[in-house]
Amino acid sequence: MKRLVSVLILMFWLIATAGAVFAEEAKVEAPTPTPMATATEQAAPAQPAPTAEKPPIKADDVQKNANFVWTLVAAFLVFFMQAGFAMVETGFTRAKNAVNIMMKNLMDFAMGSLAYWAIGFGIMFGVSATGWFGTDGFFFSDFVKEKDPWLFAFWMFQVVFAATAATIVSGAMAERTKFASYLIYSAVVSALIYPVFGSWAWGGLFHGKGWLEKLGFVDFAGSTVVHSIGGWIALAGAIALGPRIGKFGKDGKPKAIPGHNIPLAALGVFILWFGWFGFNPGSTTAAIPDIAKIAVNTNLAAAAGTIGALMISWIMFKKPDASMTLNGSLAGLVAITAGCNNVMPTSAVILGFIAGILVVLSVVFIEKVFKVDDPVGAVSVHGVCGAWGTLAAGLFNAEGASMQIIGVQVLGIVAAFLWAFTTGYILFKMLKVTVGLRVTPEEELEGLDIGEHGNIAYPDFQVHQSKGV
Amino acid sequence: MKKIEAIIKPFKLDEVKDALNKIGVQGMTVTEVKGFGRQKGHVELYRGAEYDISFIPKLKVEIVVSDDMMEKAVSTIEMKAKTGKVGDGKIFIYSVNEVVRIRTGEKGNSAI
Repeated sequence: MKRLVSVLILMFWLIATAGAVFAEEAKVEAPTPTPMATATEQAAPAQPAPTAEKPPIKADDVQKNANFVWTLVAAFLVFFMQAGFAMVETGFTRAKNAVNIMMKNLMDFAMGSLAYWAIGFGIMFGVSATGWFGTDGFFFSDFVKEKDPWLFAFWMFQVVFAATAATIVSGAMAERTKFASYLIYSAVVSALIYPVFGSWAWGGLFHGKGWLEKLGFVDFAGSTVVHSIGGWIALAGAIALGPRIGKFGKDGKPKAIPGHNIPLAALGVFILWFGWFGFNPGSTTAAIPDIAKIAVNTNLAAAAGTIGALMISWIMFKKPDASMTLNGSLAGLVAITAGCNNVMPTSAVILGFIAGILVVLSVVFIEKVFKVDDPVGAVSVHGVCGAWGTLAAGLFNAEGASMQIIGVQVLGIVAAFLWAFTTGYILFKMLKVTVGLRVTPEEELEGLDIGEHGNIAYPDFQVHQSKGV
Repeated sequence: MKKIEAIIKPFKLDEVKDALNKIGVQGMTVTEVKGFGRQKGHVELYRGAEYDISFIPKLKVEIVVSDDMMEKAVSTIEMKAKTGKVGDGKIFIYSVNEVVRIRTGEKGNSAI
């Protein structure tokens, strides 16, 4: 009886709320008639005046509202990529570190959001007199009440990009990094390292003007700005940390440390692929027909990257390796990100396919030649394929490629590497001598879940130690 | 009374169980185990790097039968668990001193 009463109350409340909403919509649909002359004179009203009489909605308003909706929906899709990264990373690593991976992916977004709000956004998009970094707009300080809220939509889209760059690093440093150190890293990368480079290439999208974009650097959605930056910091982190215990034999030969859940890793890749439909088409930050071509390019490059990685891994390892093929999808996505708006679909297939092959060769090369332990292939997927995609955006430019365009692309690639790797390496070395970068060998063997967090991910399962680890 | 301990391929369990039931074996204990024999496991590739699978998953089936049932039970397991390829497993036979059914206190063959 009690339950019935509460259900009835709930239903009544729902109907009442819905009624109120519809009543408001009806009001909008039937505006007070205004003479046509005044309607055309008012070209683009910023905000409806706080009076009872609302001006009629015009085409410009519809377009403006659509821009808000599309940019924010895309931002929410990109936010979901955090889940994708978390699943990929935990799937490719061992069960004893699963809680730690979740905490890192959760916290780099939380820390990064606040750091980007406080400092990062101002450095990236504030007024930049020198072209090297912005100097205003910290804590939304340039937002005036009753002014155009586009700042909020734009910030929301940019903060999820900053978080993407930050979270790439987590995978390469997995299974051995001190949690406290990672928290500090997250704040620094979102407040300083990512935004400074971002201001060079993208500052002009808002109030800034970076030196790299002045030269005509093409990176539509961030192969370099987001992925390479993340990838090169990841490389610096993996080098500063050293390999996991048991990764290389006494003869220096790399040993496999199989991930604990390939289905979760696959789910992560599907989520990332889905999120990328916000990442690339959303980078128009406008509801315009271009988003269709960008979505097609994004999908074709991802598909071609997957097939490229499948083929090369089948040839090299005799069996089609699942984790490499999953990396291939991401390689294609990263590679098309720079040129998704200025290449033709056929070019997207070619550059994606090459990225799929490149990522497999790069994973093997980094492990066998550089002896760097990157458990999930983050450096190869984001660093190497990001650089390739940025070059490809120049090579496959639909308007025609020239030595000048390619030269600027190469300059951007090199600048990104020098900036991100150097600052990243200095940051990790400083963390090493202060709070400490790596957990003790005992903790690493037991698993970071217990050592860092006092939890285990799967308490009802017996987690077996695999041989050679 | 004899205890028969058979290490078999996991996917052979149902066949072995059904055949043993048919000849009158009324109970068994099954454990998931890992191990290696003369082949010493095998090598696989993950992301291009080699790793050893030294311990291969198997099932250990334990049954206790009367002396006159022993031959028949062993030959049944042997027949049903066989694929003819390496890794079919082994059968170990032990003598059992006494069996007690906890609920009733019965002993010997009637407790099996």
